[in-house]
Amino acid sequence: MITPAVSSLPAVQGLAAENLGVFGRDPWWLIIVKAIFCFAFAMLTVLFSIVWERKVVAWMQLRIGPNRHGPWGMLQSLADGVKLMLKEDLVVKGADKVVYILAPIVATIPAFMAFAVIPFGPANNEISIFGTRTPMQLTDLPVGVLYILAVASVGIYGVVLAGWSSGSTYPLLGGLRSTAQMISYEIAMGISFAAVFLYSHSMSTSQIVATQHDKWYVVLLPVSFIVYIVSMVGETNRAPFDLPEAEGELVGGFNTEYSSIKFALFMLAEYVNMVTVSAIATTLFLGGWRAPWPITAFWAGANHGWWPLLWITIKIQLLLFFFIWLRGTLPRMRYDQFMKLGWKVLIPVSMVWLMLVATVRALRNENYDFQRIVLYVGGGVLALLLLSLVVDVFRDRGRREPAESGAPGDRFDPMAGGFPVPPRPGQTLPPVPRRRPRGERQLVNATDTAETADKEQEGDNA
Amino acid sequence: MNTYVPILVLGALAAGFAIFSVDMARRTGPKRYNRAKLDAYECGIEPTPQPAGGGRFPIKYYLTAMLFIVFDIEIVFLYPWAVSFDALGLFGLVEMLLFVLTVFVAYAYVWRRGGLEWD
Repeated sequence: MITPAVSSLPAVQGLAAENLGVFGRDPWWLIIVKAIFCFAFAMLTVLFSIVWERKVVAWMQLRIGPNRHGPWGMLQSLADGVKLMLKEDLVVKGADKVVYILAPIVATIPAFMAFAVIPFGPANNEISIFGTRTPMQLTDLPVGVLYILAVASVGIYGVVLAGWSSGSTYPLLGGLRSTAQMISYEIAMGISFAAVFLYSHSMSTSQIVATQHDKWYVVLLPVSFIVYIVSMVGETNRAPFDLPEAEGELVGGFNTEYSSIKFALFMLAEYVNMVTVSAIATTLFLGGWRAPWPITAFWAGANHGWWPLLWITIKIQLLLFFFIWLRGTLPRMRYDQFMKLGWKVLIPVSMVWLMLVATVRALRNENYDFQRIVLYVGGGVLALLLLSLVVDVFRDRGRREPAESGAPGDRFDPMAGGFPVPPRPGQTLPPVPRRRPRGERQLVNATDTAETADKEQEGDNA
Repeated sequence: MNTYVPILVLGALAAGFAIFSVDMARRTGPKRYNRAKLDAYECGIEPTPQPAGGGRFPIKYYLTAMLFIVFDIEIVFLYPWAVSFDALGLFGLVEMLLFVLTVFVAYAYVWRRGGLEWD
C-alpha cells in the first residue's frame, strides 16, 4: 500500500541522501578550524550584541549608553568580562559545592553545541579552506533539528541545578520558574517545527534550507513562524518573558548566589542561546543562508562562494535586534498570564495549524482540486467554531446557576466596618444607586413638597 | 558516525572554555573572608534556615513537568510522521488526526479540571 506512494516522492528525497554524504569527510584539522569558527562566531556575536543591546536600549530611553571602552563603546562587554574575572569567586555557605560549581559549566556547553548543525552556506563543497573543498557547515545529521532540541533541553539542567544547589530561597524559586517556563514553551516550539518538516521531508538543517529555494517557510507557514518567534523569546527567558529574573520579586532569579565568572557564564549562556534560537529561526523559516529576494533578482552570484555567510549574519542580527526591541518596548508579563499564553493559546493554535497544513497537503497529494480543499478546510474551521460556541454556551449556563443560588446568602456591605473595604472572593458589591432621570426626580420632589405641605396643613388643623 | 565527531569537538571546545574560565577566576580573584558574605541572600536580614533537600515547592511545577512529558512524547511521534508524510498518504493523515484527537481529549480534560490554571 505504501510502495506506490514512495515512488511518487519528489526528487528532493534523493537529494537529501546525496547532500548529507558531503558531511563527515573533513580532515581532522579542518574539523578543528570549523569548530573554532562556530565557537568564535557565537562568542563574537554575543560580545557585539551585549554592547549593541545596551546601546539600542539606551537610545530608546534617550540615553547615550556605554561609550567609554574602545571606539564607540565596542569593548564594553570585554571589559565587563575582565572585571568579573577579577572579582572574588564566592561559594555560599549553604551551597551544594560540586553541583554549584558544575551548574554554570552545564549551562554553557550546550548553548554553544547547537551551532554545530547551523548551515552558514550551501552544502555542495563550494568554498575551499587551505585547498580543501568543504561545505560551509560544521556537520549535519539526519536528525539535525532534533539534535538542537535535545541540546537545548540539556541547557535547562544548568539553570535548575544552579537554582537548587545555591541553598537559598530566591534562586530555588527562580530556577523552578525558569524550568517550568522553558519546558512549557518547548512544546509549542516543537509543534511549530513539525510543520516545517512536512514541507522539507527532512530534519537535517542543510536540507531544510535547500528546500526553501523558491519560497521561504515564513511565507508558507506564517502561523508556525509566529508561534516559534513567541516561544523562542520564552525559551531564552528574555523580556517580556524574563520572569525568572524578575528583579522586583526574585532579586536575580537562579543566579542570585553566583558571582565572578560563574555569573558571567550564565549571562553568556543566555546570550548564546539568543543567538542560537535566532539562527534556528533563520534556518527553518527565513531561508537560512539565502540572499533575500530583491538581491537574488539581479545578482546571480549572491548565493555562492562566501556571500551566504553575510546573509545569515544579517538575518541573525535582525532577529537579535528584534529581541532588543522587545526588551525596550514591552513590560514584563505576569507569570499566570505567561503560562496561560503558553498552554492555552500557543499549543492548541500550533497543533490545529499543523493539522490544517497536513490536511491541505494530503488532499493536494491526492489530487483534489484546490477549491474543494478550501471548502473542506473552511467547513472544518466553521464546525470547530460552532462547536466551541455551543460548548461556551453550556459552560456559561453551568457557571451562572451556582452564582445565582449563592448570591442572596452573603450580602456584602462594604461600609460594615465603618470604612469602605473591597469585596472578598465570592462576594459582590451591591449595585451602585443610580441617579434617577431629571423629570422623575422633579416629580418626586414635587410629591415630597406636596406631602410635607399636607402634613403641615394637618398639623395646623390639629 | 563521522558526522558526530565535529559535534564532540565543538563540545570539547566549549567545555574547555567553561572549565578554564571557572578555574581561572578561582586563581585571579581576591579571597577575603567575611561571614555575612557567605550567607544566603535575603534582603539584608538573617537568612531563613533552609530545610534539608531544598524544602517544599508548589505542586504546580510538578504538574507542569508531567504535562510536558505527555506533550513532548506526542511531538516525538509527530516528527517521523511529518518527515515521511508524503509517503504515508491519506492513511497517515487520518491516523495522526485520530492520535492528536485522543491526546487533545486528555488536554481538554486537564484544562477543564484546572490543571492549566496558575492561580
